[in-house]
Formats: sequence, C-alpha cells, structure tokens
Amino acid sequence: MGAIRFDNVGRIYGTKQDGFEALKGVNLDIADREFMAVVGPSGCGKTTCLRFVAGFDQPTSGIVSVDGVQVTKPGPDRAVVFQQFALMPWKTVCENIELGLRNKGVPKAERIKKVNDILALMSLTSYADAFPHQLSGGMQQRVSIARAYVLDPEVLLMDEPFGALDAQTRVVMQEELVRLARRNPRTVMFITHAVEEAVYLADRVAIMARQPGRVKEIIDIRSVREAERWDDHEKIEDVMDLESFVHLRTQIWRSLRQEKAMEIA
Amino acid sequence: MRIFNTQNVIVLGLIGFGGFLGFWTLLSVSGLIPSLFLPSPASVIERFVFLLSHRFAGGTLIDHLWASMLRFGGGFGLAVLIGVPLGLLMGWFRLLDDIVTPLFDAVRFIAPIAWVPFAALWFGTGIGGPIMIIFAGAFPPCLINAYRGAKFADPRLIEAAQMLGTPDRRMITEILLPSAVPSIIAGLRISAGLGWQSLVGAELIVASTGIGYMMVQGQGNVSTTTVMAGMIGIGFIGMVIDIALRRVEEAILRRRGLSV
Ligand SMILES: Nc1ncnc2c1ncn2[C@@H]1O[C@H](COP(=O)(O)OP(=O)(O)OP(=O)(O)O)[C@@H](O)[C@H]1O
Ligand SMILES: [Mg+2]
Repeated sequence: MGAIRFDNVGRIYGTKQDGFEALKGVNLDIADREFMAVVGPSGCGKTTCLRFVAGFDQPTSGIVSVDGVQVTKPGPDRAVVFQQFALMPWKTVCENIELGLRNKGVPKAERIKKVNDILALMSLTSYADAFPHQLSGGMQQRVSIARAYVLDPEVLLMDEPFGALDAQTRVVMQEELVRLARRNPRTVMFITHAVEEAVYLADRVAIMARQPGRVKEIIDIRSVREAERWDDHEKIEDVMDLESFVHLRTQIWRSLRQEKAMEIA
Repeated sequence: MRIFNTQNVIVLGLIGFGGFLGFWTLLSVSGLIPSLFLPSPASVIERFVFLLSHRFAGGTLIDHLWASMLRFGGGFGLAVLIGVPLGLLMGWFRLLDDIVTPLFDAVRFIAPIAWVPFAALWFGTGIGGPIMIIFAGAFPPCLINAYRGAKFADPRLIEAAQMLGTPDRRMITEILLPSAVPSIIAGLRISAGLGWQSLVGAELIVASTGIGYMMVQGQGNVSTTTVMAGMIGIGFIGMVIDIALRRVEEAILRRRGLSV
C-alpha cells in the first residue's frame, strides 16, 4: 500500500499577498507500487513536492495524501534519500543505517543481519565502521540509500539519489534499483535531472514546468517497456540503444526544451 | 612558512608573560610604589613556594586549592548536570522553552555574588553555600549553549531522524546532544571560568577553608604576598581547567573530521 496523491497543490513562500508562488495547481497520482520519475528545470519545485509527501512541509493550498490519508508528519513508512545525504556525522556507517531499525524495535540479531545484507548490496561492507566524513560523496550517497532501503518502506522518496555518483557506480546503482523495483516493487517518487535515468527506471515520467511550478506532462514508459521487452536486456546501455528508448528520451527532451525556450522568450 | 606554528605560539606566549613580569619587577624595584602595595615578583614567588609546604589559615596552599576545587567540582558538576539536559529539552520542546526562557532571562542577570546573603542564611558555613554560588555562576552558560546547540542543529539531520521514526527521547540523546556538543563544550569553558571566579568571591565571605578564605586571612594579616600567591594559584588552576576542556573539545572535533 502506498498510493500518493497531489490534489491541486500550491505552495507560496512568504506572505499570501507578495509571496513567491513556488507551486500552483499540482495534480499528480502515483499508484501503489508505481515508479514515478519527476524531471524538470532547476527550481521548478521538485524537492518541494517530495517534501510534502515526506511530511517535512505542508502545502499552502490543496492536499497531499498517501493511501487517502492527508500527510501531516514524517515517518518511516515514507523513507527519503536526500539530495544532500543528511547522514549523522557522529555515527558510523553501520550506526547510521541501523538507526531506523532500532527505532522500529527490530531485535539486535535481525538488525545485524539486515544491515550486513544491505552493506553488501551497496558494496560498503569494508566501510561499516567508518564515519561519513571518511567516505567519498558517492559512498555517502550509497549509505543514505542503504539507510532508506533497509527499512523496506511502502514509499521511497528519492531526490537525485545518484547525482553524486561517478558514471560507473551510477550505472550499477541504476541496474540494481531496476532489479529491486521489479522483484519487490514499491511506490517510488524519484527526482532526477538525467532524462535517460528517468526513462530507464520509471513506469511513468512527470515533466514539471516553472513559474509557477506545476506538472506539465506525464509520459507513460511502462507500456512501451513491456511491449518492447526492455527487461530482457540485462545492461543499461543495451536498453538505451533501443529505438523505443531513444524515442521516449527525445520526446521528454523536447518537452523540457520547449520549457527553456519559453523562458528565454 | 607558517608563522603561527605551535613552537612560535609558545614562544610568543612566554614573551607576553616575560614582558609582564619585567614591567612588574621594574615597577617594584624603582621604589615608585611601596612594596606593601605592590610586592615584587620575587617575594610573591617566594611566598608562593613557602605556602606550598607551610600551613597558613588552617592549611597549605595545596589544601586550600583542593578545598576550593572540591566546591567548584560540586557547583560546576551540578550546573552541567541540570543545565545541559534542560537546555536540550528546551531546544526540542517548544512549550518548555516558552515557560522557562522568560524566567531564566530575568534570573541570569543577577550576579552570583548577589546570592551570598541567601547562601549564608540557608547553608551557614556548610559546603552548600559556596556550591550554590558557583552553581549560580556556572549554570547560565551550560543552559544557554546546550539550548543554542540544539536549536541550531542542522534541520536536515533532524528531518532525516524524523523520517527514520526517531522518538523524542532518542532525538535528544542521539541527534540534538551530539549536534550541540561543540556548543556545549564552548559553554562549559565559559561556565567553568565563571564558576571558578564566583567561587573565590563566595569563599571571601562564607567559607572557612579554600583559596578565597586564605586570601581574606592574608589581607587581614596585611600580607599582600599571600593574597598575590593566592591569585597565582587561582589563575593557574583556572588555566588548567580551561586547557583540559579545550583538549576535550579538540578530541571531539577531530573525531568528527572537523579541523581545529
Ligand atoms: N524555504 C524556502 N523559502 C523560499 N523559497 C523557497 C524555499 N524553498 C524553496 N524555495 C523556492 O521554491 C522553488 C522550488 O524549489 P525546489 O527546491 O523545490 O526546486 P527543485 O526543483 O528541487 O530544484 P533543483 O532541481 O535545483 O533541486 C525555488 O524557486 C526556490 O527558490
Ligand atoms: Mg531539488
């Protein structure tokens, strides 16, 4: 369970009279276990939308709900992977990942097993006892992802989670995420700047526009992916070569481009 | 080339001390000021060394310093034990903040020494009086810095902890407290300084041992060298306390990968 709904959502920063309208009339439905990628120009309000679902912030108009219940506060049913990692600098990698499980009251033996599994999955085993400042940006991001995955949440909210990774690690993480998403589907809201990444990972891609921030277009990927059997290919580059993939990518590019052109005009 | 490496810093510090002692010596040998008003450094040091092994006003200098440090430990410890948790709680629970802050803001401007009459009244010459006065001096920085440290904790880390379902108690002990540690340690240094200062003031009046008491007796005997030897003892112990706290501060910051 974990269907997300944005119902005519708006957000004004500052006063109602002379405030800045960051979002206006955002409508978006993310079905249970659907992987929704969100793309859009910088500052269009992607992070703001994600923060509503996480419960960190409230819209000034409209309603954001999960499974029909209005979101009012954060909780471990909606795990977040932050744009800036947000790891506790005084906790080791292991302790950072373990915190959510301890809060849930998971017994120690089970915790250790889960943490070790996720460390292995993220190739972090040898850094279990390191502190975040001893890791590279990419490794810190992996810890932040591990911290969210280990909770096995209904809803996974990811804000440019692969932004800090090098190209190779990024590809590995993308392929891993696809495997995970197919094997154990969760509702995912995934913000990214990389159009290829969105097309490769998502069931649908929401394209946002700016001033005021809104959802401009939603592109269905899943039907094409299933019809063209993308998942038969193991490697991301093979999928990216497919004509159907290129076609979708170009379509999204064009939509984003139009947006830029309108801004300049 | 670094001018301010450790060795040079020590040398510069010694130059400061040396200059001060030189000026002091000059003043006292010049005869401009009678030696009763300003004893020479040599006579003060002589007296200091003498007091280390000879009893004056009921004990050696060491005995008096030790008695003072015990009182200081009591008052300062109490201030930390109450001030830091209360500050953190106020930094997390808005209601507590709103209740305590106005009261605290009024009370903290009362100089510790102003409590002396009550300390004498309530505790007589017992250990409670000086402890209460040290507490009055040491408590505000403990509370304020813990509170500020909690208030200025990185909101992204708080959000991350909330997202992980962290309950209030753990939020305070595992998120706010570590966030506030640098601020708390800085507060402890101020707090120790103020506490140690107010201790001597308190002992001038209520105690029957301790470095402040020794100085009062010295004053009674018109032994200015004794008073000054006491001042050296106070300065020295104060410095040792501060250096110890600074070490703790550096160790903690280093552990987090923050340079000092
Ligand atoms: N606390 C705030 N106060 C005022 N304005 C804000 C605040 N937070 C965000 N904004 C504004 O709202 C708009 C949307 O911000 P948001 O961070 O959601 O953008 P974004 O799409 O995530 O951008 P990016 O891709 O660069 O991360 C921006 O114009 C930003 O300046
Ligand atoms: Mg953003």
